[in-house]
Amino acid sequence: MKKIVILGAGTAGTMVANHLTHLMDLNEWQITIVDEDPIHYYQAGYIFVPFGKATEKQLMKQKKTYLSSKVRMLQTKIELIQPENNKVILQDKTVLDYDFLVIATGCDIYPEETPGLGEHEWGKSIHSFYTLKTAVALEEKIRNFQGGRIVVNVVENPIKCPVAPMEFLMLSDAYFTQKGIRDCVELIYATPNSGAFTKPVASKLIGDMLDRKNIKVEEDFYIEHADPDAKKIISYDERELEYDLLVSIPVNKGADVVGKSGLGDELNFSPVNKSTFLSDKFANIFVLGDAANAPTSKAGSVAHYAVDLFGENFKRYTEGKELEEKFDGHTNCFIESGYGKGVLLDFNYEQEPLPGLFPVPGIGPFALLQESRLNHIGKLSFEWMYWNILMRGRKVPLAPTMTMAGKWTDWEKRFNVA
Amino acid sequence: MASKVLAGKTVEVNEEGFLVNPADWTKEIAAELAKEEGIAELTEAHWKVIDFSRQSAGTTGAAPTLRGITSGSGVSTKELFSLFPKGPAKKVAKIAGLGKPEGCV
Repeated sequence: MKKIVILGAGTAGTMVANHLTHLMDLNEWQITIVDEDPIHYYQAGYIFVPFGKATEKQLMKQKKTYLSSKVRMLQTKIELIQPENNKVILQDKTVLDYDFLVIATGCDIYPEETPGLGEHEWGKSIHSFYTLKTAVALEEKIRNFQGGRIVVNVVENPIKCPVAPMEFLMLSDAYFTQKGIRDCVELIYATPNSGAFTKPVASKLIGDMLDRKNIKVEEDFYIEHADPDAKKIISYDERELEYDLLVSIPVNKGADVVGKSGLGDELNFSPVNKSTFLSDKFANIFVLGDAANAPTSKAGSVAHYAVDLFGENFKRYTEGKELEEKFDGHTNCFIESGYGKGVLLDFNYEQEPLPGLFPVPGIGPFALLQESRLNHIGKLSFEWMYWNILMRGRKVPLAPTMTMAGKWTDWEKRFNVA
Repeated sequence: MASKVLAGKTVEVNEEGFLVNPADWTKEIAAELAKEEGIAELTEAHWKVIDFSRQSAGTTGAAPTLRGITSGSGVSTKELFSLFPKGPAKKVAKIAGLGKPEGCV
């Protein structure tokens, strides 16, 4: 039997495992997946938790429920990868040999990387929502917040779901407005980017939206340290921002085991070919999802499009054929903008997000880069699709690569922008 | 894409002013791009960072990130911010004639 070992049974790992059980001849191939955590978290739901719109329990399912019975699942910690010997060492000293390795170990937050952040005020006046535990703790803080300044700070890029900090601010605006205390709450977005978004059109349109919602953007803010006692964050160029509540998106890094095994960059993300996900270093290692250093958003939608294209490409590769450079960096994201509305972005490595209609040009029903109620419903219904279609390894009837159809390159004229 | 005259040479730049063809880059162009970014004169310390970044991009094919610069060149983050105020990674990439650092969406 030839062996495929998949490390990590989160969004990308689960999809890869299930796709491969459909594609590969299982009389010839054995598929093993390793993850120490038995729980599969619906991470796209974290954003709703601080506002009491999703509960902890709702977002947790058993990983094994979503893995095909044809996949062998091992629940243990991954100790080391030995790529030269095609081996993975597990914490219980089991050694797994592989013909092909798929690394899908994701990324996580590291508040301890920034002085003052993950210390005695963590969980008190400094919070996050990038893990389920932190999102649950923030819910109580938000519920009891009587007024003051909330600063949302992205420590460093890249981060998982780059729009989530802005969603958090827009949902805060709606939440405190509905609570009747919006005029006592100041909302500030301190970002290392030179605007709300890194791509010009989205930056302008989302920037305008933040402006209308009275959310201030502190641009080019690279935090150097937090002063948890004085309740302020200080940037490298010595700007100080005081807060009553700091919602931090700490440094995101890939798994320690990736770094320890010599497969990571300075943030433990693993360098890959951005169109095929083949490791830059080893011809039998692929890295999918957030664990890779591909210059696209770290998000489930990206992992989904990538895995859709990966399966058949991988099969061809195991038959001795060349990999096709297929993945174009296609990303969709629904941005919650509050009051039951949302914004949808659709873009790839080359094409920045533009206004328009998606997926059917002229019809939609989703509006690109504009607020609409249907976009919000799209975000909510995505949860069902995630569990019942994506995680089952079924195909969504949407093209995995991006199309320009339905995107308005003449948006300035349509919106009457001078 | 627009073209622009920098240090007497016509070069193509994108909408954010980054050189489209890294081969167009010269030290004189770097000095002019630096002025656009509010840096009046490029000192030896600036050049250490620029040279490192060009070298790094030569091997990886992309402009280094902030972390890539600090861990690779030995220049501290604090120093980097005083040399290239506000967004150093982006400014260095621009002055060094490299594309905008990837990985940010």
